Amino acid sequence: MKIALFIPCYVDQFYPQTGIATLELLEKLGCRVEYPMAQTCCGQPLANAGCEEDALPVYQHFTEVFGGYDYIVAPSGSCTYHVRHHYGVIEQTETVRRIRERTLDLTEFLLDVLKINQLGASFPHRVGLHQGCHGLRGLRLGKGSERTGEDFSKIKTLLQMVEGLELMDLDRPDECCGFGGTFAINEAAVSVKMGKDRISDHLRHSVEVVTGGDMSCLMHLEGIIRRQGHPLKVMHLAEILNSTL
Amino acid sequence: MSRDKILTAIRKNKPEAQAPPELPDFRRADVDLEKIFREMVVAMGGKFLQLTEKQPIETLIAEHFPNEINIASAMPGLPGSINLTKIRYPAQLEGVGLAILPAQFGVAENGAVWLTETDCGHRALPFIAQHLVVVLKKENLVQNMHEAYQRIRLDGMGFGAFIAGPSKTADIEQSLVIGAQGARSLTVMLY
Amino acid sequence: MNHAKKAASFIANEARTDWHDQALWFVREKRDRAAHAIPEWEALRELASQIKAHTLSNLDIYLEQFEKQALKNGAHVHWAIDAEEHNHIVHRILQKHQVRHVVKSKSMLTEECHLNPFLEQQGIEVIDTDLGERIIQLREEPPSHIVLPAIHLKKEDVGALFHEKLNSEKGATDPKYLTEAARQHLRSKFLNAQAAITGVNFAVAETGSLVVCTNEGNADMGVHLAPVQIHCMGLEKIIPRQADLGVFTRLLARSATGQPITVYTSHHQQAKVGGEMYIVIVDNGRSEHLGRADFRNALKCIRCGACMNTCPVYRRSGGHSYGSTIPGPIGSILAPGLDLEQNSDLPFASTLCGSCSDVCPVKIDIHEQLYRWRQVIAQEGHLTRVKKWSMATAGKVLASPGPYDFTGKMARTALNLLPRFALYNGLNEWGKERELPQVPKERFREWYKRVRGVGNE
Repeated sequence: MKIALFIPCYVDQFYPQTGIATLELLEKLGCRVEYPMAQTCCGQPLANAGCEEDALPVYQHFTEVFGGYDYIVAPSGSCTYHVRHHYGVIEQTETVRRIRERTLDLTEFLLDVLKINQLGASFPHRVGLHQGCHGLRGLRLGKGSERTGEDFSKIKTLLQMVEGLELMDLDRPDECCGFGGTFAINEAAVSVKMGKDRISDHLRHSVEVVTGGDMSCLMHLEGIIRRQGHPLKVMHLAEILNSTL
Repeated sequence: MSRDKILTAIRKNKPEAQAPPELPDFRRADVDLEKIFREMVVAMGGKFLQLTEKQPIETLIAEHFPNEINIASAMPGLPGSINLTKIRYPAQLEGVGLAILPAQFGVAENGAVWLTETDCGHRALPFIAQHLVVVLKKENLVQNMHEAYQRIRLDGMGFGAFIAGPSKTADIEQSLVIGAQGARSLTVMLY
Repeated sequence: MNHAKKAASFIANEARTDWHDQALWFVREKRDRAAHAIPEWEALRELASQIKAHTLSNLDIYLEQFEKQALKNGAHVHWAIDAEEHNHIVHRILQKHQVRHVVKSKSMLTEECHLNPFLEQQGIEVIDTDLGERIIQLREEPPSHIVLPAIHLKKEDVGALFHEKLNSEKGATDPKYLTEAARQHLRSKFLNAQAAITGVNFAVAETGSLVVCTNEGNADMGVHLAPVQIHCMGLEKIIPRQADLGVFTRLLARSATGQPITVYTSHHQQAKVGGEMYIVIVDNGRSEHLGRADFRNALKCIRCGACMNTCPVYRRSGGHSYGSTIPGPIGSILAPGLDLEQNSDLPFASTLCGSCSDVCPVKIDIHEQLYRWRQVIAQEGHLTRVKKWSMATAGKVLASPGPYDFTGKMARTALNLLPRFALYNGLNEWGKERELPQVPKERFREWYKRVRGVGNE
């Protein structure tokens, strides 16, 4: 099984520890993982801003870099969603189709491909889960509160494997944090207000560490947390799953 | 003519024909219709009363509306104080304090009752009356709206309405207030 | 950007924003409870979506069938190609019956057509009879929500307004008292009205029925008391069969307010004895929208407002920040079809979180359409030039690893070296209320090269 690691651009630049944790975790679970050095970005920041046309060469580049792998694993529901959902605008060659099928968010890869049921991880803290919207409603990594039917959450399933971790309930379990890519800049007032409201929810429920599958949401929340000086930390899910006592 | 322009534009722009879906009626076995209906009438803000031989309509009306003198009844055999046959204009119904009307059937899933113009005598009556009593047979309960529409024939009917509970609004700060523009109370009597 | 500015001024009053957010979230929660109580909820949404898709693909046929049935029922049917024609048709009907006093129940279509100001200019009194609509009519402002038109107001605002306009007690703020004051005021208007105008929730082709749903009973009070009844409908209100109402009446109120059904679900087929019934079918851009394959699904909308209640942006920016007749997510995908340039900010007033699409009772792919409108807006040149240029540059940079590496390094170095005031000045929208991410010693790829000894760049 040839596995490629896709590290989103902002994780590469600002949150290397998330990339490292993802890589180490996969290796711990017995995977051989390659990090193709030519990779850049999935193109989502451009496309979400309306500039899909400018993103097309980025899509092409992505498919050239990741064409030869069985799985492309990314610690991001949002980037994964973009590749799977929005790469339909380029020519659907066999490679492109395969890439769109085989690009997986870390949680999907762990549960659906590796089918793990234990981790050997330990993280004795009160944790609040921030559900990234693209993972939740785009990739259906869990059942959103809008939908009826049986509850499930792949991220929660994984967090429940971590020893000592106490997952705290929130008043609004899956409301958007307000990041939204360029939205964070163009609509800064609403974006920040949404972020503040999410943070209050976590604080109200004695959360110590906010985690999630998307570092982009967490970057936005962290920016507000640090500015306001709240006793809260943010950590990507991979870091928690990779942690030991 | 606009009609033709509109229809021409639609013909040009409409997508490829798509077949209509089959409509299931989602009926379930072993449903206590009466119990659910009663609960939903109350949930919608209505009052539910069971008619019995010992407690006929007259008794319950006298008990629950002791001071009401302006009563309009469309129930056969139950004359009110207002002669509905003498009403020429709907505005003449403004003084009605209580209307007593027969419903054709009730819907368990939402507590609604189906009233038609023919049953009410006047279309305005269920809305303009200050208080409303609706009477129906317990055999005439259906599970849900799919079943309800199977019982109705709109074609050829002037006017008909589902009514569930008294008139209400939450337009001021989302706080629920009973008695907006229509009836201030709804009492459903089942026999 | 227009929405962003208005939203920022809305949020400036944070306590009020919190209140607005909570009030609408409360409605969203009621909707959730109602939906979760129906085991076949998702199946109903799918059925509704398919019925609407079928209808749109046969819209001309069903409109003609509806017209035929309505005429058979004795109603008069008029067709209006746009708002102006709609207003003139309504005016002509009123003139014919020498009407000076009109009562009107809720209708987003007549808002869209600006019917009220038009009729008022002709010297006709138009009274909105839904309580929320009456409140905003007295305040001379547009609705901020399609189901809860006055949700942006507090009871103190309404109390002061009613004191001034309806002579209610000064300082009264009890919603019960204020509703009663409105009831008395509106009763006299109902009794005095010569014509009633309503919106339409569903028009049934099979039977020529117009179905109108309210909780207050104001549409019925209007229609049954006035000799002339006029029903104004957008042409997308058509559904094929009576049986389809079973699906839609189960979805509408649960999605809108969490009730199992509206208090009144009225079916109008024929005029009352001695009365006249008019139906005005309005296009106003809808037939054109039907031709936009990527966006036509928006015509499935049944105007429940659930997408507004769930939208985290709407809840924190208020309906007026959108500047379109229909605010919120659904408004943001409808408005660009009417005027792309004017409404080019609206598809960007969203984080694309997708909650709107998941609450939508007819499964409109709202957030996907927002994404697609963004592409159209950029292609048509409505993005600002600076933004477009920076995006094109970013595209070139990200299409190959060389420049990506270089610019990434540059940006990170700048973050580390620039003094704080340069990073957090007023021009930096990120930094006004947020810290920028801390720059790590090495980025991931540097770590990988160093630790794993790989370096084939």
